[in-house]
Amino acid sequence: MRRIVAILLLTILAVGISLSLTKIPFGSSETKIGRHYIDKGVEETGAVNIVTSVVVNYRGFDTLGEVTVLFIAAIGLGVVLSTSRKKATREITPASLVLSTGCRVLFPLILVFGSYIFIHGHLTPGGGFQGGAIIASGFLLIYLGCRERRISRVASNLAESLGGLVFVIIGLLGLAFGGYFLLNFLPKGTANTLFSAGIVPIIYVAIGFKVGSELTGIIDNLIEES
Amino acid sequence: MIFVFFLIILMLTAAIAASVFRDLISAVIAAALVSLIASILFYFLQAPDVAMAEAAIGAALTAAIFIIAIRRTKRYEE
Amino acid sequence: MSFLDNYIYYIGAFGLILIGIYIILVKHNLIKVIIGLGILDTGVNLFLISIGYITKGTAPIFSRPGIDSEHMVDPVPQALVLTAIVIGVAVLALALSLAIRLYQHYDTLNLRKIRGQRW
Repeated sequence: MRRIVAILLLTILAVGISLSLTKIPFGSSETKIGRHYIDKGVEETGAVNIVTSVVVNYRGFDTLGEVTVLFIAAIGLGVVLSTSRKKATREITPASLVLSTGCRVLFPLILVFGSYIFIHGHLTPGGGFQGGAIIASGFLLIYLGCRERRISRVASNLAESLGGLVFVIIGLLGLAFGGYFLLNFLPKGTANTLFSAGIVPIIYVAIGFKVGSELTGIIDNLIEES
Repeated sequence: MIFVFFLIILMLTAAIAASVFRDLISAVIAAALVSLIASILFYFLQAPDVAMAEAAIGAALTAAIFIIAIRRTKRYEE
Repeated sequence: MSFLDNYIYYIGAFGLILIGIYIILVKHNLIKVIIGLGILDTGVNLFLISIGYITKGTAPIFSRPGIDSEHMVDPVPQALVLTAIVIGVAVLALALSLAIRLYQHYDTLNLRKIRGQRW
């Protein structure tokens, strides 16, 4: 009964969607704001990657809201899972020799790769979110391979709080120096070099630290073996 | 062009398989395959930042937290 | 064939959205509903990126000083989707934590037994 009603509803939805697909032409963009960001992006912000300059500079306030949503979700997960009564204590069987040696060799390489991606966010494709996710994958490898180690909670909370604090302080400094929150007040430099584009690399480093330690905290709360 | 067509057919088949499987871990792996093929399609649509984000977050971390959550609950759908 | 050439990305994205809505409506295991939520999220992101595509365009990065900027794809949908992917994983993590708590309280994850529905 439920299946028939669901398929009927989806058929109506599919017919309505396919009738309106002809109004959206594929391969030509109707909005004009993209052209303005591409034409004036490099001289106004100094970042060579236009998507980075849109995320951090032109729409920086939306990125602050998104970092807040991630923070609230991590806190909510920690609160919901910490009041569970039965904590299953099982003895930790150590991983095999190949797995533990491989994890110990690969973990510094993954950290360096993730740091490279979020430091060069304004020059090559990449940025804070991608680099943070790669660093969290490195810590997940530690949980799977070297099972007797634990990530220290104090260092993870410290990295997360420092990342968020640096973001808000740079925004307030922009308010103090210029006119509005998140003004780009550092010198822009020459394009295509590492120290260019004002506040964009500093904000992306802060976001990289914050997202990486937040996703690690989420995995740590979910595993919770003893 | 025929390659993109084949990839989209594979992606829709994997999504239907994620709905049909009764073993929840197989369903999670099918959903991770959907994310991986979406990441390749993002690269064909000339969006390298989004492709990197979808591959790192959608294909790896989502599957990992699903498997950790399934380990703490039941494995087979009733 | 030119119809398929133009609209194949739209068909793929809307197919994923419809399959995701079907899983949420019909299935009665909570973790499978959350998997459907994730598939729906991926479909919406694919649709947003395929709107901003310009035929024979290149990625919006000025990697060399004298690059041609006439045919670059739209950068605004890419910035929005970057945010949406991270928020999607945060929502999935919170939903899974609530599912774990429900299992510890009711000892089953079957939505018919938890909600008491009949159809």
